[in-house]
Amino acid sequence: MTAELPPGLAIQKVDERIMTLNVGPQHPGSGHMRIIVQIDGDYIVACDPDPGYVHRGEEKMAEYRNYITNIPHLERPVIHDSCNVLYPYVLGVEELLGIEVPERAKYVRVICSELNRCIYIMYWLAIYGIFLGHSTMFMWPAGDRELLIDLMEKISGARVTHAHFVPGGVRNDLPPNFEEVCLRQVNYFEKRIKEYAAVFYDNPILISRTENTGVLSREDAIRLGTTGSVLRASGVDYDLRIKEPYDVYEELDVHSPVMKEGDSYARSKIPWLDMLESCNIIKQALQKMPKSGSVRVKLKPNPKGKGFDSVYKRVESGRGSLGCHIVSDGKVEPYRLKLSVPSFRNLIALPYLLKGEKLGNMPSVYWSLNYWPVEADR
Amino acid sequence: MSSDTKVTTEAKPAAKPAAKPAAKPAAKPAEKPVELPEFEKNISDKIVEKFGDKIVVSFVKENRVGINVDKENVHDVARFIRDELNYDHVESVSGVDYPQDKEIEVVYHIGSYSDSSLAKQLLVLATRAQREENPIPGKDATKLPTLRDIFYSVEFHEREVFEMFGVYFTGHPDNRRLLLPEDWADLPPLRKDFAIKGR
Repeated sequence: MTAELPPGLAIQKVDERIMTLNVGPQHPGSGHMRIIVQIDGDYIVACDPDPGYVHRGEEKMAEYRNYITNIPHLERPVIHDSCNVLYPYVLGVEELLGIEVPERAKYVRVICSELNRCIYIMYWLAIYGIFLGHSTMFMWPAGDRELLIDLMEKISGARVTHAHFVPGGVRNDLPPNFEEVCLRQVNYFEKRIKEYAAVFYDNPILISRTENTGVLSREDAIRLGTTGSVLRASGVDYDLRIKEPYDVYEELDVHSPVMKEGDSYARSKIPWLDMLESCNIIKQALQKMPKSGSVRVKLKPNPKGKGFDSVYKRVESGRGSLGCHIVSDGKVEPYRLKLSVPSFRNLIALPYLLKGEKLGNMPSVYWSLNYWPVEADR
Repeated sequence: MSSDTKVTTEAKPAAKPAAKPAAKPAAKPAEKPVELPEFEKNISDKIVEKFGDKIVVSFVKENRVGINVDKENVHDVARFIRDELNYDHVESVSGVDYPQDKEIEVVYHIGSYSDSSLAKQLLVLATRAQREENPIPGKDATKLPTLRDIFYSVEFHEREVFEMFGVYFTGHPDNRRLLLPEDWADLPPLRKDFAIKGR
């Protein structure tokens, strides 16, 4: 009988003690995805993530649109981190065309990318807080996030979906007097997020709920191919801004936070430390940025002419390494475009971490993965 | 990964704009001796030394080494890459459909966390499966050996390639659908012959 069924659909016999529970896709604790957990009493014995409820076919759409009209829809997977999602795509197209970007545009990109990283992490932190029942940690980040959103609005004209990066630079130059406003806001923001430690990260209730839950060892973090905050919380010092610096990260002093515990607490603290580091990078970039100059070069026809070519570029986004594989056949549309997203890569750790945990710890482990369902589905 | 496999080794000249404007026929011989990045060349040499003509080096450029291999040898090459060259995880697995060649290419981007000298490097391992005009995913000739027993991290990536391109990975323990709905009965959607309405 099993031979008749399509692969993977064979019926499984389950123990009578085991109960299967569908968490999601409507349950807010799972985001836009379903987590099928099998529980024995209060303990999770198996977990099967089922993403795909917000799959929008970004990769297929990209094959039908030219390289410029691809920009607005490619940032849709993570609108809060839209600059970082576009970044590898833009770098890839630039490498395919062989164009060099003006120095000032590179700095503007780094500033936008770091601002977006903070905007994303604040949103994630708000959700993480509310799912642990800490409503202050929902209100504070959601409010303080506005500071940086205002800055991005000044730069690009849009609050969340900026579409600001284009192959060859950025769409517009910075508004007049931007450096001063940005420095003031970022300084205030930095002071403000430092207060989060007292209310959230040093909170004994949070610590007791997240410490030693969902521990991912260093070896397993490497074997599972995790990335970003999950990887760095397990003691692997790997940040693409340092390891494979793109644009002007080489000239900036970047210190990526690393913790070695590998539990939910470490995974939730790394993004917060990342934000402090981002503030640092923005301040450095504002100082070193050329005060004037062009921010966009004109695109020219591909000097290599027709023929297949491919490129794989990656950047460190708010969740980890985000790669873009572009296969071009010399036409105006990409032949194939693949986004390798950190959420999808970290998802593989979820069944592994939840095995043997209590069901009550599921939200804290799941959200500590820094997972964004819409991005994983693309 | 160019479609014509006769090009064995090519690298991007570092100063692209300077080399290009020269007249084409005259500049050809002068362009030939391009400097290959040494570290990357070293990696590709090690693989060539071990496997000889079973593999084709498709490109060597800065931080990227491309290897094309047929499906009979992909397992051995991947094992060699992991055990001898210290690559330890797969970043991305992308399928690329080539209806004109009647083949589907699967490209693994393999990186390393544990070896700090390889932190920038990505090894681009490409292999090709036969393509069927009327696919029955899982039951036709579009099959490849899985790399899941070598690189654990390909598990979800290979499931995605199976549903989106219909490439069945033999030996994969869990070949279910991941992103598509369970009742999807059309062509695998990322194949070129699956067209978007109105485009």
